[in-house]
Amino acid sequence: MATNIEKDEVSGTPTTGHVWDGIRELNTPLPKWWLYTFYGCILFAIGYTIAYPAWPLPGGATQGILGWSSRGQLQQQMDAAAAAQKDTVDKIAAMNVNDILKDPKLLAFAQAGGAAAFKVNCVPCHGAGAAGGKGYPNLNDDDWLWGGTPDAIYTTLQHGIRYADDPSTRDSQMPNFGIDGILTPDQIDQVANYVMTLSGETADAGKAETGKQIFADNCAACHNPDGKGNREFGAPNLSDKLWLYGGGIDNVKAQVTKPHMGVMPAWTKRLDDATIKELAIYVHSLGGGEAPAAQ
Amino acid sequence: MVQLVNTVDTPHEVDRESAVPVNKAENRSLYASREAIHPKAAHGRFRRFKWAMVVILLGIYYVAPWLRWTRPGDAPDQAILIDMANRRFYFFFIEIWPQEFYYIAGLLIMAGVGLFLVTSLFGRAWCGYACPQTVWTDLYVWVESKIEGDRNARIRLDAAPWSVSKLSRRSFKMLVWLLIAIATGGFWVFYFADAPTLFRELVTGEAPSVAYFTIAILTATTFTFAGFMREQVCTYMCPWPRIQGAMLDEESLIVTYNAWRGEPRHSGRKKAEAQGLKIGDCVDCNACVAVCPMGIDIRDGNQLECINCALCIDACDAVMDKIGKPRGLINYTTADLYAANVAGKNEHWNWRHLIRPRTIIYFTAWAGVGLAMLFSITHRTQLDVNVVADRNPLYVTLSDGAIRNGYTIKILNKRQQPRTFRLSIDKLSGATMEMVGDSGAKGTSFDIAVEPDKLKAVKIYVSTDEHDIIKHEHTRFEFKVEELSPKGDVPAETATYDALFHGPDDKE
Repeated sequence: MATNIEKDEVSGTPTTGHVWDGIRELNTPLPKWWLYTFYGCILFAIGYTIAYPAWPLPGGATQGILGWSSRGQLQQQMDAAAAAQKDTVDKIAAMNVNDILKDPKLLAFAQAGGAAAFKVNCVPCHGAGAAGGKGYPNLNDDDWLWGGTPDAIYTTLQHGIRYADDPSTRDSQMPNFGIDGILTPDQIDQVANYVMTLSGETADAGKAETGKQIFADNCAACHNPDGKGNREFGAPNLSDKLWLYGGGIDNVKAQVTKPHMGVMPAWTKRLDDATIKELAIYVHSLGGGEAPAAQ
Repeated sequence: MVQLVNTVDTPHEVDRESAVPVNKAENRSLYASREAIHPKAAHGRFRRFKWAMVVILLGIYYVAPWLRWTRPGDAPDQAILIDMANRRFYFFFIEIWPQEFYYIAGLLIMAGVGLFLVTSLFGRAWCGYACPQTVWTDLYVWVESKIEGDRNARIRLDAAPWSVSKLSRRSFKMLVWLLIAIATGGFWVFYFADAPTLFRELVTGEAPSVAYFTIAILTATTFTFAGFMREQVCTYMCPWPRIQGAMLDEESLIVTYNAWRGEPRHSGRKKAEAQGLKIGDCVDCNACVAVCPMGIDIRDGNQLECINCALCIDACDAVMDKIGKPRGLINYTTADLYAANVAGKNEHWNWRHLIRPRTIIYFTAWAGVGLAMLFSITHRTQLDVNVVADRNPLYVTLSDGAIRNGYTIKILNKRQQPRTFRLSIDKLSGATMEMVGDSGAKGTSFDIAVEPDKLKAVKIYVSTDEHDIIKHEHTRFEFKVEELSPKGDVPAETATYDALFHGPDDKE
């Protein structure tokens, strides 16, 4: 210990000997209670690390004698939430989708539950806002390939589309008009020009005229003579302004030559019935949902 | 901080004792025990003012939550209530929603700037008279002096060996302290719930556990801080004394020992006068030290510990009266006046010292915030409209080529009566609205009923196939909300909200 400790003239307090810019640091003693509080905190910390998971060791951290874990806490909260929701979820599982729509409380619950399930299961293809993308239908609009009533959406969710593992899946196939040689490239050009006229787009009138007959012979069976499509086969409406695989004559020609055909999983394999119903109601509520068929 | 150093010469040289300090600084511990301070009861105008503050502030604290204020409808009838569960703050005729939290921010700014103003005018007036730590400590010391006696009796009791009498006095004091502490914690929770109901629940054990927990914590802190820690809280725990150093200036009124008048101090006055020594007014009676709740000697100058409670002024004035000298050896004065008097000028404080650029700026800022809040609270509407536009997707193309945007419209009815509002859109030609949800109504305007004191959120779709609008990235328009047939003699309120209608950007 230093033997010659300088004192501060004004306060009479000993200094530490540290000087910054001519300012000397006073060596004011700490209050004892502060020290004991500090010791108390150390004791508390030791107790805390014994009670709760703390010390990292090879093979995992110490578990703590209280047996608490963040995973366990989450599980408890999830169980509590599930228990609190059980009555409502059971009710939804037991009801048909159209009846759920008539009960404002169940409807609100189903919409919220569906929104949560949508984020986990549907967002990768249909997007966070359900706006889809090229090849993935926009669920906000009023155009439906397989039907936009709550029941139709529910069926699509249950069994999927062109999903090989589900025998009741919605299935249909558009022929490979181009690569299988059913139509020549010229004929495809002509029929594509005709398809453009169906939605009022600009097209080569001469080609369209020839294409009209090609359409009647090859396409009308599924897409209907007026081009409005057929939901039995998920055949898109060609006369509206929405294009699943992109508008414009080049996209139409590509689709006729070698069609893309989207696949959607059957969700009964992964989700329980109540969740699928909630999803159906949520998707139905996105803005394009069609009124349930009159019973 | 303004550092007042006693510049007047110390008394004459005396014979030097040959003594060694037992507690030599070099050997002193790095940690200091608290030494008990037993402030002697003071009497005088500042002590009376301090008692008045204790009574008024404790009175407000204990009475305020019991004041009733009749409100219509389901609203609570408590004058001052912070209703956490329903997210409302009630203050007599004012009801504040969480959306209006800026009023609280404004109050905090006023409190902060007000504190700066008071400090630059009167030094640590907050610490000396109004801080809860000061008020409750005063109360505890008063209880202590009633049970154990004044300063000397308490010092004797401290030193006395344990006996039945000491134990019973001590236990009785602790019991009274504990009751005060429980009352302190107990009344705090009444600000957060209906006081009579909560009181009944507390007594019958039906109150929520958070109430008991809050009471327990505040009881413990009151008991410890006012009973045992006292000046330690101010000196070591509170940041305010350190900040105050920056708030004071040479013209702030601070409690000051006028060394130019008091020194050289002398206890044996008459004898010294007889010997023809030069003596000051200070008789070194230590009265100022005995009454000090912070345990300092004001004659050492302005110190960090000093809370400017002015009890030493009372003590010294009494002594000056007794020896026939003018009062004010210790008084409220400024560092500038002190320096002037040291320099031999006879200057006195007058109210003009209060007016200076710093205090004018503080006052202007304080009053400005206050007036702005007053204006805003008297001109605020009881209707508020917020619109949240769908952001994903920004717009949806429909099969007929029209564009649709989604909006969530929140209507806040701040009155305690049910009201109906007509929602319509303006400045968006050819647009129609659709109400999302069970009604599914379509049209260009909707009537929406909102319950008393509630927020109603409705989801609306707005669609248009107007070519000029849908080909623009965005188009400005307005949502209009008009009140229909208001009840009573209040005027119908209206609100408009500027919104954007998004469409495909046609530039690509």
